[in-house]
Amino acid sequence: MAVTLTEAGGRRRASRRGVVPLAVGLLMILVWVVTALGADWIAPYPPADIDFLAISQPPSPAHWFGTDQLGRDILSRVIHGGTYVLTIAPAATLLGLGLGAAIGLATAWFGSWFDEAVMRVLDAVMAFPIVILAMLALTFLGAGTGNVVLVIGLVFAPLIARTVRAAALVEARKEYVMAAQLRGEGSLHIMAMELLPNVRGPLIVEGTVRLGYAVFTSATLGFLGLGVQPPTPDWGLMVSENQALLTTAPWTVLFPALAIAWVVVAIGLAADGLKEYLEP
Amino acid sequence: MTASSTGPLLELDNVTISYQRRRDRVDAVRGVSLIIQPGEAYGLVGESGCGKSTLAMAVMRHLPRNGILSGGQVLFEDRDLFRLNQAELRRVRGGRIAMVYQNPESALNPTLKVGEQVAEVFRLHRALRHRPAAEAALDMLRKVRIAEPDRVVGLYPYQLSGGMRQRVVIAMALAADPALLVLDEPTTALDATVQADILDLFTDLRGEMKAAILFISHNLAVVQQVCDRIGVMYGGELIEQGTVAEVFKRPRHPYTAALFDCIPDFGVRKSDRRLAGIAGGVPDLAALGTACLYEPRCLISRQLCRVEHPDLMRAGSRHLSRCFFHAETPAPGAAARVRPEAVPVPDVTAGIPLLSLHGVGRRYGRAHILKDIDLEIAPGETFGLVGESGSGKSTLAKVISGLVPPSAGTVALAGERVAGQVGKRTGRQRRDVQMVFQTPDTTLNPRKKVASILGRAVRVLAGLGGKRKRDRSSALLGDVQLPVEMLRATPDRLSGGQRQRVAIARAFAGDPRLVILDEPTSALDVSVQASILNLLLDLQRESQAAYLFISHDLAVVRYLSDRIGVMYLGELVEVGPTERVFRPPFHPYTQALIAAVPRLGGAAPERPVSLDKPAPGPSERPEGCPFQTRCPRAYDRCRAEAPPWRDAGEGHMIRCWVALDALEASQSAALKPRRVQAPLPIGRRP
Amino acid sequence: MLRFFGRRLLLLGVTLVVASVLIFAITNVLPGDVGRIILGPFAPQDAVARLNAELGTDRPIVIRYVDWLTGVARGDWGRSYAFDTAVFPLVVERLGRSLTLAVSGLVVLVPLAVAAGVAAARREGGIFDRVLSTVSLAFGALPEFVTGVFLILVFGIWLGALPIQALPPDGAGPLTVIAHLVLPVGCLVLLLFAYLFRMTRASMIEALAADYTRTAELKGLPQRTVIWHHVLRNALLPTITVIGAQIGWLVGGLVVVETLFKYPGIGSLIHFAATNKDIPLLVGCSLAITFVFALGNLAADLLYAILNPRVRHGRHAH
Ligand SMILES: Nc1ncnc2c1ncn2[C@@H]1O[C@H](COP(=O)(O)OP(=O)(O)OP(=O)(O)O)[C@@H](O)[C@H]1O
Ligand code: SF4
Ligand code: SF4
Ligand SMILES: [Mg+2]
Repeated sequence: MAVTLTEAGGRRRASRRGVVPLAVGLLMILVWVVTALGADWIAPYPPADIDFLAISQPPSPAHWFGTDQLGRDILSRVIHGGTYVLTIAPAATLLGLGLGAAIGLATAWFGSWFDEAVMRVLDAVMAFPIVILAMLALTFLGAGTGNVVLVIGLVFAPLIARTVRAAALVEARKEYVMAAQLRGEGSLHIMAMELLPNVRGPLIVEGTVRLGYAVFTSATLGFLGLGVQPPTPDWGLMVSENQALLTTAPWTVLFPALAIAWVVVAIGLAADGLKEYLEP
Repeated sequence: MTASSTGPLLELDNVTISYQRRRDRVDAVRGVSLIIQPGEAYGLVGESGCGKSTLAMAVMRHLPRNGILSGGQVLFEDRDLFRLNQAELRRVRGGRIAMVYQNPESALNPTLKVGEQVAEVFRLHRALRHRPAAEAALDMLRKVRIAEPDRVVGLYPYQLSGGMRQRVVIAMALAADPALLVLDEPTTALDATVQADILDLFTDLRGEMKAAILFISHNLAVVQQVCDRIGVMYGGELIEQGTVAEVFKRPRHPYTAALFDCIPDFGVRKSDRRLAGIAGGVPDLAALGTACLYEPRCLISRQLCRVEHPDLMRAGSRHLSRCFFHAETPAPGAAARVRPEAVPVPDVTAGIPLLSLHGVGRRYGRAHILKDIDLEIAPGETFGLVGESGSGKSTLAKVISGLVPPSAGTVALAGERVAGQVGKRTGRQRRDVQMVFQTPDTTLNPRKKVASILGRAVRVLAGLGGKRKRDRSSALLGDVQLPVEMLRATPDRLSGGQRQRVAIARAFAGDPRLVILDEPTSALDVSVQASILNLLLDLQRESQAAYLFISHDLAVVRYLSDRIGVMYLGELVEVGPTERVFRPPFHPYTQALIAAVPRLGGAAPERPVSLDKPAPGPSERPEGCPFQTRCPRAYDRCRAEAPPWRDAGEGHMIRCWVALDALEASQSAALKPRRVQAPLPIGRRP
Repeated sequence: MLRFFGRRLLLLGVTLVVASVLIFAITNVLPGDVGRIILGPFAPQDAVARLNAELGTDRPIVIRYVDWLTGVARGDWGRSYAFDTAVFPLVVERLGRSLTLAVSGLVVLVPLAVAAGVAAARREGGIFDRVLSTVSLAFGALPEFVTGVFLILVFGIWLGALPIQALPPDGAGPLTVIAHLVLPVGCLVLLLFAYLFRMTRASMIEALAADYTRTAELKGLPQRTVIWHHVLRNALLPTITVIGAQIGWLVGGLVVVETLFKYPGIGSLIHFAATNKDIPLLVGCSLAITFVFALGNLAADLLYAILNPRVRHGRHAH
């Protein structure tokens, strides 16, 4: 579009683009990492301590976030609940990244019928809504932290594979790859040493975005009762356990929901910042 | 006309244009003043990045978002373009000034029929209604001599060839009968034969219409053909300006003169003279001192040039130069008449050929990309391969190197048949055949340092490790005349020419016997091209490697090659020693290629052998002779049977039904009056 | 066009077959004893074995798959343990209700997100763009039960303005029905807005920067014509495909939204089936959802093909 003398100028300083949201996002995440690591010391009460004398109390100096219908301290449960999200989500993301990168690189590099076959299968896997697929699998594998990580990692892998494949396809046609072939480099070398470093950018960006969705999915599975099992304090689980109290004791639902929102927003900010920072 | 007919049509007054970049601000165009009169054709030339396109966009008042006019004025018909309001600006754009730019692939809207896209201009600027506008559009398409205009109006851009698309863009630009036509490299992305046709069209149209032209190009010969006056840009400045006749006869700036020396004249051979490059690189626009911008590279610079910046000064009645010592500008050629060291002449007839292809073909589905190729290359020989884009040159290169296995025929190295896939060849065979590619941007892995790029090649191809590997890498870097410190650099820190040198060093890591050079200089400016060509000659003298040199630039191929092959639609149609190929008899296709080379020299250009229709795609290969759909001499037999190879002697073979003496007679007659001279490209091709 | 249509249908078939294999594999091959899953950990072993024999889980796997698939094709989707009725009619009934919810969501979402994307792209880097881009990314991965909880708290409880259950009482007027749908639909829209908005914005920015847009501007066309006639056509093509892909998220979102708002659709049904280990019902719901999703994608692809001259004229690339 036309730029006249007055329209231009005054653009923000480009060299620091993305740093601010990235820093804010990381700080917001750090808060939860610290509280989760020191949960035993920071939380005012043990998370599973039942106190029949303080049932469904609204927030007060003794219970900042109030208590639930068993008299458990919401603040303590929220603090402990972070541990699950913050282990499940990164672990699942890493699993998905590793698997997805391997599939994406291999399909892009080998191409032809291998690519065609693998992509058809992945398409079909992606034809399932993620939550449904995870739900199906967990029903049969049984709930539990390890299975949740496994299932989320597996359902994310095709999505990541697709991104990596697209980026690797572009790289694989470039001339430096032909030069490597002419030297007689093996497929493994080309995928790991020539292609992988050049799809690192999209891979990292995809990773941060997926991390956000891993939180999303694990919380949703918790909410649906397919993740961590009671009485473990998990945020999603807390929301569904206390859903019936929404009208009478809204704090039992509000604070775990806020905690999820906090983490998701933090990861979103960090992802956005990182993306701008990496892509000029 | 809204303006008085006496004043200049376009006047740039001390125009400076700046780009805001990540960290700093650069003046991409600085203090340019020039005037274009009604009806005049002004050519602007210069190497890549000198600010030509920026200037063109300023004339349209269409700078990129981060660009501003930071000084001076652009006056069009006496009105300051940058002070017009949006409505006035819209009337000027497309109505009074129209533009054609380089890439016809993307200039047209992919979702609209081309007829509609032309008609739109008539509706907008000529206030025509739907039907009359559509008819006017059809008329316009006829005027730009598009094949089958009645059919073309109803087609979408993707259904047209590059040349046809560019004709549509031109029709669109001419539709409102503008007073000024801005052409930014309008033929650069096109094949030589198509370029010749389009230039021919411009020359004709100039007779019919009154529009003035601002013609931007990196190709001096093209500018000469179209323009009256010429301006040369360097580092954002106008450094020389004059009539085409004056500047081409006697350049008055050392840079312009040096540019002429970088280009192999059509007909000059490697045994005649070495090319002169221009030492050093283009100035960094962000860090300029007070000196003459050209000072670091100038052969006649003096003390004064280092302390003072020259202004444009008079160097003739209508000739301006930004040089204190313009009178001393060396005449082109004076500095360049360096006798080359003896170029070895390989014996093509004796011994076992280094490479021999037998009946090589490659097909994808029904499409024959390569068909029935027989070819031999002798040790130490340079074999040049020419042909239009899409004729299969690169595929042939890949088949020989093993990147693409042939679907028919055999490839043999030194008499020994090799596997089709590079992975199945022996280590020795892989060392023997290496490749240098076209695109400097992608030829090196951007995530690796030069040391590791060369080191890996040395380790795998030469089998060296540890200190000997490092020594060899440094030596290779020295061989391509790069400083050893560059080992620590990543590719993004290198210029295009430097990257290409690293790529050459990589290819030579294991003492190859055949190096395939696939358009290695096409993306480079001519000054860089000259030094790369020199380097290739030096390396060949020391290593005795044979070259397969692929290029679309006939002058360069002629300069470098011992023998030449001409490809069309995946087949070889002519093979022979270089000088024989450039003398009649030619294959009719070769004749068209040679005629398409833009001519320098005062004489009015002879009409190119027009190939009218675009080349059919590989899946639409015609029966009989592949060239029959476009050949001006085709007759019944050509459409029925594949033509035979005819032997013109001394290894010169032509594949055509027409008898050689008949070809020769008519072609010699056509050639007689013309002085064949060099194409002078002075920039890069995208 | 016809060839494209044919190829696309074939692809749909392949996808469905692979998906059915997947569903079958998860329910039959995963380590897990179907009888045990259904009867629970405390049931006696011989009861489990009897049930397994009844279900035929001891026959060869391929035969079971073929049997199962022919059954599915004939509409014999088994019986639900929990409801003790045939699965197929139950699923169809619930699916119909869910479609109401989903379609309402799309009707609100698409114009909103596309318009916002276009507006943001036209002023790229402007305040509207930056706020919306940041917000949409930050909130893009917010689970819908979280937004749902917020919506319920604010509009349902504190303001008391809207009902917090999606299902209206029997015989309610159209206004009441709409009022009941506002919160769940809002929830779905919030879930999907971010992605569609960002994709529209991105393809719009690309189209605005394209050479053909420059050509149109340099012809002197007014901004309005440039946008409507030249840019939007090209920018919205990729958006159509994105909308097709969004249907998956939408269906996934339904599981949570219907559970949260107590809406008897396919989402809450599959949730019920999963938590109650009602395997035939679970499989039936999965099948239905996959089918709907695949059809949605097909529709999007066809629309894309119709609007894109390249595909319409039967040639993909050359
Ligand atoms: N949008 C931009 N932002 C920053 N710098 C730019 C921008 N566009 C061009 N430049 C810089 O301005 C200078 C002039 O560029 P311009 O495209 O006008 O050159 P040119 O002579 O047309 O080159 P070419 O022959 O490659 O087309 C170059 O250094 C280029 O890198
Ligand atoms: S002013 Fe000096 S340095 Fe510049 S071109 Fe002339 S002689 Fe060379
Ligand atoms: S064989 Fe016929 S068509 Fe082919 S080049 Fe010769 S004259 Fe032309
Ligand atoms: Mg340019």
